[in-house]
Order: sequence, then structure tokens, then C-alpha cells
Amino acid sequence: MHDLLDSYYPILIFMGLSAVITAALLLVPALVAPSNPDPEKNAPYECGFEAFDDARMKFDVKFYLVAILFIIFDLEVAFLFPWAVAFGDVGLFGFWSMMFFLAVLTVGFAYEWRKGALDWD
Amino acid sequence: MDSVFFDTYIWPALIVTAHSLAIILALLVSLAFFMLADRKIWAAAQLRKGPTMVGPFGLLQSFADILKYLLKEVIIPTTANKPVFILAPFVTMFLALSGWAVIPVSEGWAVADINVGILYIFAISSLGVYGVIMGGWASNSKYPFLGALRSAAQMVSYEVSIGLVIITVLLCVGSLNLTDIVLAQETVWFAVPLFPMFVVFFISALAETNRPPFDLPEDESALVAGFMTEYSSTLYVVFMIGELANIVLMCAMCTILFLGGWLPPVDIAPFNWVPGVVWFILKMGLMFFMFAMTKVIVPRYRYDQLMRLGWKVFLPLSLGWVVLTAGFLQYFGMAS
Repeated sequence: MHDLLDSYYPILIFMGLSAVITAALLLVPALVAPSNPDPEKNAPYECGFEAFDDARMKFDVKFYLVAILFIIFDLEVAFLFPWAVAFGDVGLFGFWSMMFFLAVLTVGFAYEWRKGALDWD
Repeated sequence: MDSVFFDTYIWPALIVTAHSLAIILALLVSLAFFMLADRKIWAAAQLRKGPTMVGPFGLLQSFADILKYLLKEVIIPTTANKPVFILAPFVTMFLALSGWAVIPVSEGWAVADINVGILYIFAISSLGVYGVIMGGWASNSKYPFLGALRSAAQMVSYEVSIGLVIITVLLCVGSLNLTDIVLAQETVWFAVPLFPMFVVFFISALAETNRPPFDLPEDESALVAGFMTEYSSTLYVVFMIGELANIVLMCAMCTILFLGGWLPPVDIAPFNWVPGVVWFILKMGLMFFMFAMTKVIVPRYRYDQLMRLGWKVFLPLSLGWVVLTAGFLQYFGMAS
């Protein structure tokens, strides 16, 4: 436990420092920058028009599909990490187990491809 | 009693703090010069001179730019979600800096030489997408919203191939520790046996950091400035520093994974006299030069081309290469 703490607390200090520096940078304009608000200046940009309606509109379902695909494949990568590190120890059985797992995923991938889930147009 | 407590807890913490501060400040200063180098390379390729006025050869240009931005009025759109709007650049820069905690610039120079170093970097760089999404959503304006959507989908798509490339390297190393990864390359840099993966990693890194030719989230001819449209003054500068720190982090990753980190190119007399940190910075500079040259040479991709490249080319290619590498190592008895 103590070893774990020893190797990880520098990260905490490093993150703390980067947070402080970033926050300090964000606080500077409050001290030195001018502030002359104006309703025109503070309107959202829309090529010189007044904003028509709320910007948080409906969007293409493809973005959602990409996110789902990402979850599947990123999980696969997450499974591969421990396997790759212990590759020398898992032996032939471990190797072929992972190959089987990847083959199953590849079947799914081929199905998605044929169904056109990967086509953007 | 007091002095024991001081020696075991306070003193090491102070040393780590000083070490971290030194690395962060060195990084921030070098970012200013990386920015300038980017502009100079771009200018030279177009037969211009680039910035020349501030300091000798324009060396201080980036500092002048930052000072100018700091003195500008902060404009936050009235319809925006204010806390998230300010949090977005904070998240981007904070995460980009945090990644540097585990980078071994030379042997034993990493602030935290943890045994899951590469996993930490992978996690931190994955979180980077939140800064973009938050910025685009909080602006409550049409261009940032579209830019954020595009950016999220793009970063997420290329992360998968980056993950698989990292797996390929890990198969050859058998450790997640960044120092071990570098030391495993003493005989040959991984850029040689895993050359296709090196190329895939480089191109994915371009897409992951929204660099040209994949700068679609900030595609100025279609989306004004993408998710950064509503950002100005210091908030914009913080976003820019975060993005640049991410780009340089990717260069460092590339150096560690494929170019042998701080190791000299050949381990003979004049080369191994040079300190490791010099080699590391030279290699990082080379990677950054390639990033900059890509920006000059390659025209911007269309969005459907970008998605096709990520899902239909890089994903099968890198997955196939993982299988190939594993099979090779297994059947030639080189598994480590």
C-alpha cells in the first residue's frame, strides 16, 4: 500500500500544480482586462444575423452510432491491455483464446461494415 | 518526532513539487517556441519570412501574442452556459499538462515513474475530448455546436486505432512502464520493425489533436472556427495552449513508443556522450517538424473521407497488425 502511494502521489502534486497554473491564467483577465459589455457584442455569433433559435438542435444519428461503435472497440482495446502485458506468461492457450475473441469481434465488425454502419454518406 | 515527520513526508513532497514545477514551466516556455516554429515552418514553405519583429528573428513573438490576449476583454455570449464555458478551456489545458507527469524525458527524469504509465497517458488523452464537447455545447451557438459534434466523433474514432497501435508496442515490451518501453528499444527502435504502426500512430495523432489535414472541427471555410468560435482573449489562449501541449505530448509519445526515447541513434562514442534529454528533445522536434510539414503539404480531408480512413482503413490494419505481431512473437519464441 505504501509503495503504491509512493509512486502515485507525485501525479497528484503534478495535477494540482497544473490546475493551479491553469486557474491562475484564467484569473488574469479579471484583474487586467477591460470590461465594456454590450448586448450586440455579447450575442452569439451567427454571421451577422440575430440568432434564429436555440443552437442545441437535433443532430445526425450517425454521431451517436460512432459513439456506440467506439465503446465496443475501446472495450476491446481495454481487454487487450492486460493480455499484451502478460503475453509471455499466457502461453499458447492464452494466445489462441484472444485470437478467438478477436475473431468473434471481427465477425461483428464485418457485419457492421456490410450493413453500412461505417459509411458516412 | 517533528523532524522525522518532516524528513519522511514534507521534504520528499517539496522535492516533487519543485520537480513538477520545473517540468511544467520548461514545457510552457518550450510551447511558445514550438508555436513560433510552427509558424516559421509554414511561412518558409510558402516563401515568406514569418514573424520577425519581436525579438531577434521574431523569437519572442509568442510571448507578445500571449500578453496581448491577456489584456483583451473576455466576451462570454449571453446565451452561453457560463460555468461550463469557462471550465472547457480549463479542462483542456489542465489535462494536456497533467499528461506530462509520467513522460521520462531522460532516464529517471519522470516526475512519477508509475508502472502503468502508458495507460495513464491513454486515459488522460481520451479525456481531452471533454474540453471540446463542453466548449461547443456551452457556447450555445450553432457553429461551435457542429464543431464539437464533429470533433467528438473524430477524436473518438482515431482513439481506437491509437489504442491498438499501443497494444502492438506493448506486445513487444511486456510492460506498461514508459521507461521499460524505451529501454526495450536498445537494440532496435520500434519504428523499424513496426513501421506501418508508426505511420498509423502518426496520422492518428494528427486526427486526435485536430491538426491539419484533419482540422475539421475548426474548419474555417465551413464552421468559422468550430468549437472555438465564441472564445476570445484569455479563454482562447488557454484553449490554444492546451491544444499545443497535447500536440507536443503526442510528439513525446511517438518518441517514446517508436523512436527510442532518450537513447542515442547508435550507441558509439560521439553519440552516447550527448545527454539523453538532448536526444529526446531532438526527436520530439523532428516529430513536430513532421506535424508542421503535414500542415503545409496536405490539403484538408472531407469529413466522410476522415471517417472512412479511421474505421475502414486504420482499424482493420492495426487490428491485423496486432494479430500478426502476436503470432510472430508466439511462434518464433520471442514472447516477453
